[in-house]
Amino acid sequence: MRHTIAVLVENRPGVLVHIAGLIARRAFNIESITAGYTEEADVTRITIVVEGDNRNLEQVVNQLSKLVDVIKIVELTAEPLIERELALIKVKARPETRSDIVDIVEIFRAKIVDVNRETMVIELTGEETKIDALCEVLADHGIVEMVRTGKVALSRKPGAAKDSE
Amino acid sequence: MKMTGAQAIVTSLEKEGVELIFGYPGGQVLPLYDALYDCKLRHVLTRHEQGAAHAADGYARATGKVGVCFATSGPGATNLITGIATAYMDSVPMVCITGQVPLSVIGKDSFQEADITGITAPITKHNYLVKNAKDLPRVIKEAFYIARTGRPGPVVIDVPKCLMTTTIDFEYPETVQLRGYKPQAEGKPAEVEAVAQALAEAKKPLFFVGGGVINAEAAPLLRRVVETHRIPVIGSLMGLGAIPVTDPLFLGMVGMHGTVAANRAVMECDLLVGIGVRFDDRVTGLLARFAANARIAHFDIDRAEVNKNVVADLAVVGDLRWSLAALESAMADLGGEGGRRWEDWRLQVTRWSEEAPLSYQKSDDVIKPQSVIEEIDRQTKSEAVIVTDVGQHQMWAAQYCRFQRPRSFITSGGLGTMGYGLPAAIGAQMGQPNEPVVLISGDGSFLMNCQELATAVEHQLPLKVAILNNNVLGMVRQWQKLFFNQRYSYTRFANGGTDYVRLAEAFGATGLRAETPEELPEVIAKALATEGPVVMDIRVCADENVLPMVPAGAPLDQMINGEVK
Ligand SMILES: Cc1ncc(C[n+]2csc(CCOP(=O)(O)OP(=O)(O)O)c2C)c(N)n1
Repeated sequence: MRHTIAVLVENRPGVLVHIAGLIARRAFNIESITAGYTEEADVTRITIVVEGDNRNLEQVVNQLSKLVDVIKIVELTAEPLIERELALIKVKARPETRSDIVDIVEIFRAKIVDVNRETMVIELTGEETKIDALCEVLADHGIVEMVRTGKVALSRKPGAAKDSE
Repeated sequence: MKMTGAQAIVTSLEKEGVELIFGYPGGQVLPLYDALYDCKLRHVLTRHEQGAAHAADGYARATGKVGVCFATSGPGATNLITGIATAYMDSVPMVCITGQVPLSVIGKDSFQEADITGITAPITKHNYLVKNAKDLPRVIKEAFYIARTGRPGPVVIDVPKCLMTTTIDFEYPETVQLRGYKPQAEGKPAEVEAVAQALAEAKKPLFFVGGGVINAEAAPLLRRVVETHRIPVIGSLMGLGAIPVTDPLFLGMVGMHGTVAANRAVMECDLLVGIGVRFDDRVTGLLARFAANARIAHFDIDRAEVNKNVVADLAVVGDLRWSLAALESAMADLGGEGGRRWEDWRLQVTRWSEEAPLSYQKSDDVIKPQSVIEEIDRQTKSEAVIVTDVGQHQMWAAQYCRFQRPRSFITSGGLGTMGYGLPAAIGAQMGQPNEPVVLISGDGSFLMNCQELATAVEHQLPLKVAILNNNVLGMVRQWQKLFFNQRYSYTRFANGGTDYVRLAEAFGATGLRAETPEELPEVIAKALATEGPVVMDIRVCADENVLPMVPAGAPLDQMINGEVK
C-alpha cells in the first residue's frame, strides 16, 4: 500500500539525508520526497510517499520518531487531503503540431511557460493522476525531458499537523 | 565568563560531572588538549582511537555513567566508528568529541577531513557539527542529556578547530529544550494492568530479561517481582546478571547458545513477557516458531522496539523503573498465592534445567576452554566483573560464569565486536577501581587491540586477561565444522600463532602460561595474586564446540546436542 507521511523536522543541514537514509535502510521504497520551509522558519516539512504494508509503516514512523531532529510525524493517508505535484514538461513542438498541443494544454488547464522553434515547456500543477494523464497525451508528440517535484500534501482538517495527536 | 571554545568544552564536561576521558590527540583537537593541560579532568591516552571508544563504553557499562572520548578529525574520528557502533547496538551512553577542520575549509577535502556527522548518522542516537563557538555549552548539555536519557546511546559532537580558539561568553544552560526529543518515563497504567491481567490468566508465564533492565537500574525491582510471584526467567546475553544466575528460577540464557531449559521454556510458555529486550535474531531463531504458543508482552522504553521483530500482543512503553513498579502493584492482587500458582510449570522448567544442564566432556590431557571459565569463576567467587571479546570464549563465559549482579558482565552483544574486550576492560577497571576485572578473550580477538596493553601497564591496572588460546578463530571454525564440511578456510593462525607471554612482557605486563589441566588452577591463582596487568596464555584444545547450538534460522527446539536426558 502507498502511504503519504508528513514529517516536521528541525531545519538543520543533513536532516533530509538522514531521514531518507533511515527509510532506505528499512528497505522501504521512497516514491517521492519533498522538503521545504513552513510557517515557522526553523521547521522544515518533508512529505514522503512510500510503498509498504502497515506494519512496516509503523516501524518506519517509530524509527523516524526516534530522531532527535524530528518534531512530529503525521500519517496523512487516511485523512481527507489536498495533494499536489508540479511538473515541467518539455515537448517537441513543430509549427504544424503546435496548435494541437495548445489545445491539450488548455484542456488540462496547464500553462505554456516557454516556446522556441522546436519545443515548448509546459507547466502543470495538480494531482499525480492528472499529471500522469497529461504526460500520456503529450507522449504522442514526443517528450524531450521533464521534471516532477514529487507530492506535497496538506490535510483538509482545520488544525495543523504539528498540533495533531 | 569569557573563555575559549576549548575551555568552554572542558568546563561544560566538568559541569556534567565527567571525571575521566579516553582519547587520542591530533592537529584538529590540539586546542582542546591544550585546555585539558590545566584542568582537573583526568584523561587517559589509549593507543588507538578504537581503544578510546571501547574504553569509554566499558567505563559506561561498568558504572552506569556516560563514557566520554576524544579524537582528532579524519582518521582519528573514523577510528572511533567501530566503538560508536558497538555502543549504539547495546544502548550504551557515550559522548564523543571529535576535532574537525576549520569551518573555512570544510567540504574541500582538506587534510584530515572526513564528514563524521554523515558517517555516524546511522550509528549514533544523535550528532552535531557545531558551527558557532557560542553553541558549545548548549550542545554539550544536550548531548549528555540525549546520551543518558530514554534509551541510552552514543552522541557525537564534531567541533571545527577554529571554534576551539574563539572567545565566547560562557554560560552553562540549566535546562534542555529539544522540541523533537521528550523521553517519557511514565507510560500508560492501563497497559501495565493488561499485562497483570494476562499474567493472572496465564498457565505458563515466562519472563525474558534483557540489557534494558540493567541500563535502567531496574534489576532489584525485577528481582522482587520474580521472587514474590516465583515466575521462571530467561535472559538475553545482555541481560545476564539482572537475576543471579544461581537463582533456581533463572533458566539461563536463551537463543542460539542458550540452555535447553530456556529454549524449551520459550517454546512451551503461554505468556512471554519481554523486559528491556529487543528480540535479536540470535535469540529468536526462526521467528515464525518463536514462542508460537504464547501471547507476547513487551516492556521497553523505546517505542520503536515494539513490533520490530516479534509482534507483541501487549506492550508497555516507558522506563522500566516506572513500568516494573507499576507491574508490581498491579500484580499485588495475585497475592500470597504466588508460591503455589504456576507450580506445575515451575516444576517442569526446573526439571529441564536439572536434566539438561550445560555440560562438556572433561579431560585430563588437554585444557578444556569451559573448564578455564569455571575455574576463573570459582577462584573469583563469581564476584569479578567479567569482560569478554567475541567468539566461542564469549559464549562459554556467558554459559559458565555465575553472574550475581548487574554490570558484572560486559560484552559486545549487538555488534559482536572482536577487539572490544581489552579496551573495554580497561574502561571498566578505571570506572570500578576496587572491583576485580577479568577479561576473557580469544587469541584472535586479543590481537585486534592488544596495543592497549600499553595503556593498562601505564596505569598499572589490576586487570587480568585470560586468553583462551586455541590458535584458531574458534567460532568461525565451529561454523566451518558444522555447516561448511570442515573446510577450514583461513581460520588457523600459521606458525603456531603468537607468543602472548612475550607479547605481555614486551608491553611491561606479566605473562603467564598454562599448557596442562594441572597447571591451570595455579596459573589463575598466580595471576589473581600478581599486581598490575597480567596476561594468561591458556593453551586450550582447538576442536571444541559451543553447545548446545541452534543453527541460524532454525527454531529454538532444534538444538544440536540439546537432548533432555
Ligand atoms: C571485528 C570482527 N571481525 C570478524 C568477526 C567475525 N568473528 C566472529 S567470532 C570470530 C572468531 C573469534 O576468534 P577468537 O577471538 O580467537 O575467539 P574464539 O572463538 O577462538 O574463542 C570471528 C572472526 C567479528 N565478530 N568481529
